[in-house]
Amino acid sequence: MTMAVAGGRQVKLGVVMLCHNELALAARMVRTWVTGGAAVSVHVDARTPDAEVAGMQAALADQRDVVFCRRRPCEWGMFGMVDATQEAAAMLLDRFEHVTHVLLVSGSCLPLRPIADLVAFLQRHPQRDFLESVTAVDVGWTVGGLNEERFTLRFPFSFRHRRWLFDNYVDLQRRLRVRRRIPEGIVPHLGSQWWCLTRGTLTAILTDPRRPEFDRYFQRVWVPDESYFQTLARRHSVNIESRSLTLAKFDDQGKPYIFYEDHRQMLEESGCFIARKIWPHATGLYDYFPRPAGVAPSAAEPQPARIGRLINRAVARRNLGRPGLYMQSRFPRQDCENGKTAAPYAVLYGFSDMFPGFQEWLQARVDADVHGHLLAPDEVEFAGGAQVGPGALPNSAALRDLDPKGFLANLIRASNRTQIWQFSPRDRQNLNWFMATDPNARLFVITGAWALPLYQSGMPFDDVRRIAAILQRKETDMLAVLQSVWLKARVHSWNLADFSARPAAALQTVVQRLGGEPAQAADPPAIRDLTGIGRFFQRLRNAGLRPQNMGDFAVEEPPQKAGPT
Amino acid sequence: MRAHRQYLLGRAIRRRRRLHPIVNRTRQIGRGDILLFMTLRNEKPRLAYFLDYYRRLGVQHFLVVDNDSDDGSGEYLAGQPDISVWSTRASYKDSRFGMDWMNYLLRRHGSGHWCLTVDPDEFLVYPHCDTRPLRALTDWLDASTIKSFSAMLLDMYPKGQITEQPYVEGQNPFEIACWFDPANYAIRKNGEFGNLWIQGGPRGRVFFPEDPQNAPALNKIPLVRWERSYAYASSTHMLLPRSLNLVYDEDGGEKASGCLLHAKFLSTFVAKSAEELDRQQHYADSQEYRAYHSALKDDIDLWCDQSRRFDDWRQLEDLGLISKGNWA
Repeated sequence: MTMAVAGGRQVKLGVVMLCHNELALAARMVRTWVTGGAAVSVHVDARTPDAEVAGMQAALADQRDVVFCRRRPCEWGMFGMVDATQEAAAMLLDRFEHVTHVLLVSGSCLPLRPIADLVAFLQRHPQRDFLESVTAVDVGWTVGGLNEERFTLRFPFSFRHRRWLFDNYVDLQRRLRVRRRIPEGIVPHLGSQWWCLTRGTLTAILTDPRRPEFDRYFQRVWVPDESYFQTLARRHSVNIESRSLTLAKFDDQGKPYIFYEDHRQMLEESGCFIARKIWPHATGLYDYFPRPAGVAPSAAEPQPARIGRLINRAVARRNLGRPGLYMQSRFPRQDCENGKTAAPYAVLYGFSDMFPGFQEWLQARVDADVHGHLLAPDEVEFAGGAQVGPGALPNSAALRDLDPKGFLANLIRASNRTQIWQFSPRDRQNLNWFMATDPNARLFVITGAWALPLYQSGMPFDDVRRIAAILQRKETDMLAVLQSVWLKARVHSWNLADFSARPAAALQTVVQRLGGEPAQAADPPAIRDLTGIGRFFQRLRNAGLRPQNMGDFAVEEPPQKAGPT
Repeated sequence: MRAHRQYLLGRAIRRRRRLHPIVNRTRQIGRGDILLFMTLRNEKPRLAYFLDYYRRLGVQHFLVVDNDSDDGSGEYLAGQPDISVWSTRASYKDSRFGMDWMNYLLRRHGSGHWCLTVDPDEFLVYPHCDTRPLRALTDWLDASTIKSFSAMLLDMYPKGQITEQPYVEGQNPFEIACWFDPANYAIRKNGEFGNLWIQGGPRGRVFFPEDPQNAPALNKIPLVRWERSYAYASSTHMLLPRSLNLVYDEDGGEKASGCLLHAKFLSTFVAKSAEELDRQQHYADSQEYRAYHSALKDDIDLWCDQSRRFDDWRQLEDLGLISKGNWA
């Protein structure tokens, strides 16, 4: 038997094991504990078929340091678990008088390090109780569950099997403001179910003269196995180290993490004494752990940080997901996206109307993909006129319009480079809210620039007026979105008059903000001829259409040749 | 919806008479076994690799409907120790593209089991599939009280014209068709059934660019902890009751999901699509096959410079095509 000597008294480990299924594995674990020098008291759920239990007992018949206690039904979240623990612990203390520490494990807990290590570790602090125990009021220990209310409401219904009654009874009590009286002298504490207590503390809890009162109270507390010993140990022990020696992580549904063979190296490096849960068919882990004892037992501290990180990442993946990802198992409702898009992008509104060669000009000056009008109604204009854009998105407008939001999100997520594209009121306007409420969006806007191609189109004035009315309406709608209180995008806005007064300075701003060298913006691209535009706007005004977002232009006399007729 | 489900189940039960058992080994099915259900027609060259793939993942029994094969598929399957075979000469179209047969077999043999319903050219990939068997996934789904697992169809294709590299019987089809579209998928929510419609991929890109509404759906829910009252409503795209279709998170989180690698575009495809077009037994008047056939006459290459070469599930996870969810 493993004994470690220090401080006068030898630590002798006792194990309380709770099992309900996979009894063959549990029997194997019992042997592991016994071989490591521990005495084991086994509790099997009363609902487990008798034949299986008989098999387990037969398999362990040759073990003198194993006892089976009376079987109680263990419904998850109910008092049966505590009842079973009490029963098994009492039997363990009674039968094995030399046991100094009692460790609570389940049949699916796997010791990772040699059991001698654990004994050596306990020997360093022989009077210490290792039991996670935090006050229910101060700290939200539980994940996604009730905290304080576990102690002040009644929970007669099973969470697993009578969910409707459970939820509605909780609701009813909340509404009626029912509060249970907490027995005098105890302060509710919560913590991991898996603890390691000294004989003294455990005996004091089990033989407390007020135990019937406490038991009665805890019968209606929810998940008492996470609070019974955690609360009562505070009453009897002055030497509590509030942590569990068992690595047992829960996700946000309160479900324990399961370890597989591919976790082997990480589990070994964690230096934890015990891990749960292990997938029952992960035979590689069961063969590998516990590690054989070294020459001298090591009392080194566990280092579970790396596993903790892995699990926290998984929880974040489940709860928050990856920003800007829309896929088969993540399809967030509007404004629940946790990031509408995956990376910053820029939209240039009106620039291609002002400068016909703008796309090529900008492409030469910034390190990004500069597309044409991605949202053009008839074709997706990818950079360089490509048929297929980033992520293998085709240039088909019909396919894009099937799921425009997804198109944009896919485009941005699929490429490593910043995406920049041209925009105007001639394009589809159905993503305006999406872009305006996206902090990744950077919008550069020249209002009124849409009028320039129209002015030079040479179309009959009646048509020009009609189209101008449509485009102006669209622009006004877009500006209303950009002026809303929900705006999250960064917007730089000029009107046509301001921009055309000092185009070079404005372009420098654009290039600089997009990460380019402002000096390179010194040679602006060819600008459309603005001569006579004031007169054009006056004609629109005369035709009953007031140009709204252009700024002020002087109304010169109509030039002799240019301008629409 | 309830009425619709009962209608589907009623159809399935009525059409059971058209299924003739060839070899019934369903007595071998043990409690908790993972079962695979499939309908096929003339797929002999694919079967060896297919069965090997799923046996290695941990499928314990295959239940197959042979729809009038004449290439020896039926005999081949009947000779395998872990396969039960039914045959039928009835119309594929009239049985809602085989789903009536599947629903009947699922109801009769699948209840209480994890059931995988796939086509012979679909290969399941899920997170950690290189280190954890299918049983690990289904145990985890059980522990998380999840009843259905999403695996969208990922169309795989070769580089170059698809007739260029001939497929040899028993070969891993993804040695040839190893390319896929990384991010070309449009998603819409079906308000009626609550499932997502996913369209796009190379088929959307090449065959249906002007008519994407009619592009084939890529969303699939092939792995389900079956109950007698369940029914597939349209292929394996959606189920009833509707709660089984909620395989996605709407609050920004990610649920675990996998994908079905689709080995349709192999050298065998040209002959197959001509034959299927002749039979006129496919969805929407075989529109899909019509589109393939007209495009394939010009020997179209599905590959483009944005195509990605398939590595493993981690690559698909990084691309966001599948997700580990909280299965770390």
